[in-house]
Amino acid sequence: MNDKVIICEELTKRFGDFIAVNHISFDVRKGEIFGFLGANGAGKTTAMRILCGLSFPTSGKATVAGFDVYKQQESIKKNIGYMSQKFSLYENLTVVENIEFFGGVYGLSSAEIRRRSDRLVNKLGLTQEARKLVRSLPLGWKQKLAFSVAIFHDPQIVFLDEPTGGVDPITRRQFWDMIYEAAATGITVFVTTHYMDEAEYCNRITVMVDGKVEALDTPGNLKARYQAASMDEVFYQLARGAKRSAD
Amino acid sequence: MNAVVLDHITKTYDAGKVLAVDDVSLQVAAGELFGLIGPDGAGKTSIFRILTTLLLPDKGHAAVNGLDCVKDYKAIRRSVGYMPGRFSLYQDLTVAENLHFFATLFGTTIEANYSLIKDIYEQIKPFSGRRAGKLSGGMKQKLALCCALVHKPEVLFLDEPTTGVDAVSRKEFWEMLKTLKQQGITIVVSTPYMDEAVLCERIALIQDGRIMSVDTPAKVVAAFPVKLYAVKAADIYRLLTSLRGDNSISSCYAFGEYVHVTFRDEAAHDLQAWQQTLAAQGHEQVEVKIISPSIEDSFIRLMQEKQNAQP
Repeated sequence: MNDKVIICEELTKRFGDFIAVNHISFDVRKGEIFGFLGANGAGKTTAMRILCGLSFPTSGKATVAGFDVYKQQESIKKNIGYMSQKFSLYENLTVVENIEFFGGVYGLSSAEIRRRSDRLVNKLGLTQEARKLVRSLPLGWKQKLAFSVAIFHDPQIVFLDEPTGGVDPITRRQFWDMIYEAAATGITVFVTTHYMDEAEYCNRITVMVDGKVEALDTPGNLKARYQAASMDEVFYQLARGAKRSAD
Repeated sequence: MNAVVLDHITKTYDAGKVLAVDDVSLQVAAGELFGLIGPDGAGKTSIFRILTTLLLPDKGHAAVNGLDCVKDYKAIRRSVGYMPGRFSLYQDLTVAENLHFFATLFGTTIEANYSLIKDIYEQIKPFSGRRAGKLSGGMKQKLALCCALVHKPEVLFLDEPTTGVDAVSRKEFWEMLKTLKQQGITIVVSTPYMDEAVLCERIALIQDGRIMSVDTPAKVVAAFPVKLYAVKAADIYRLLTSLRGDNSISSCYAFGEYVHVTFRDEAAHDLQAWQQTLAAQGHEQVEVKIISPSIEDSFIRLMQEKQNAQP
């Protein structure tokens, strides 16, 4: 059985003369927590959009959950989950309505949605809040709900785009508990973050610089290779040479 | 004289239903680099908006450079610079046009105080003809800082200038702040990144509208009341799970590659014995040590104490 859920080979995306993603190659294994780091403008978002089936590459190969990024974008979308700090839930829908909405978007049956929805609400301890608007929830609860909704349809991979920005340090850690738990059940986690201590929580990390994968290894090996005490130092050594800066 | 004074400031929204700032008092000395450290929703932006006279407090008194934030709002607006958390320049004006516009608003010229912004502006000067909306995040941030400085303010308010900015640009930004401080400007800056707290002279740790601690970063961590242990093993999640089941542990949470642990009764704990216990439980490559806490450890500790104090 193939345990590689993401395979990229020489994946490239050009916008005119600008090479946003420049021949990147890497594999992500099933159940792995894979950290995707890079300075602003390094090409992370562009690469992530391709892997989520939202944008076509210019050249190179990639499969996500076994589906081709050129030909099977719709199948990719059905087999992944996505969450970002910027967009994750509808604030003016209730907790249950959000769950029903996302469950429906991912094609689960009404009966299945109801069954899983009850279980999820219980697990999150949101029974009292189930019929309240998401807007009224504290940020930490929203984060947990957003993550749970992103993996509600049991995707093979969940993409997390800076999921913990601005969150207090305790909630941030509770959030990582949920990530560990999901990974332990076999869901692959592909995560970007600006918090370098969170980079340490990943099994493996890539650092993108100017469209290329500059480094890819475990946090421990990267620190050893760059003789750095922390991932912050590793990142700084790699990214300070960057020529590009864009969002 | 203190450059900034907050005296029992309270601010609510939604007709009193949302308590954003809860009886906050603090002082910032002239020329100080002061940090408001806390997550989203802590009340940082409300405090900035009260100090920049854009919002009226429900209760309490606030002053900037001895001027009252309610009565003397016009004079305060002339003498402070404010960089809001959201990019608030004119997206369809060019870099040069934005800067010129802000200079004109304050009745000055770009040239008049050029020495103040020179180092920062020269970095974006090659793009002076580009529309602000087309700039990268790092360049937008530099332009916004220039616009906030163009009238040579006495106090500079920066609301989360480094949020969403990568680690390299964040370091550069803090270097710029140090240079500005040397020119005598009082700087009040907020950030959700705890590692940036040590770059300030004094900090306020803020959570749910309340100040948990105000002091120098060194004194904040020195006030950590117990010994802090760091432990790691090959499988960190398994380690964390088994530590949570240990009743002698008062708190444990992941911190980078380690788990940070405090004990209920630390006298009873010997490092070597503990390491052996963990190894006997099947944890591999166990490493344990006593460490000095960081600001983030202090923040977590203060949050936990507050939560435990609540009924």
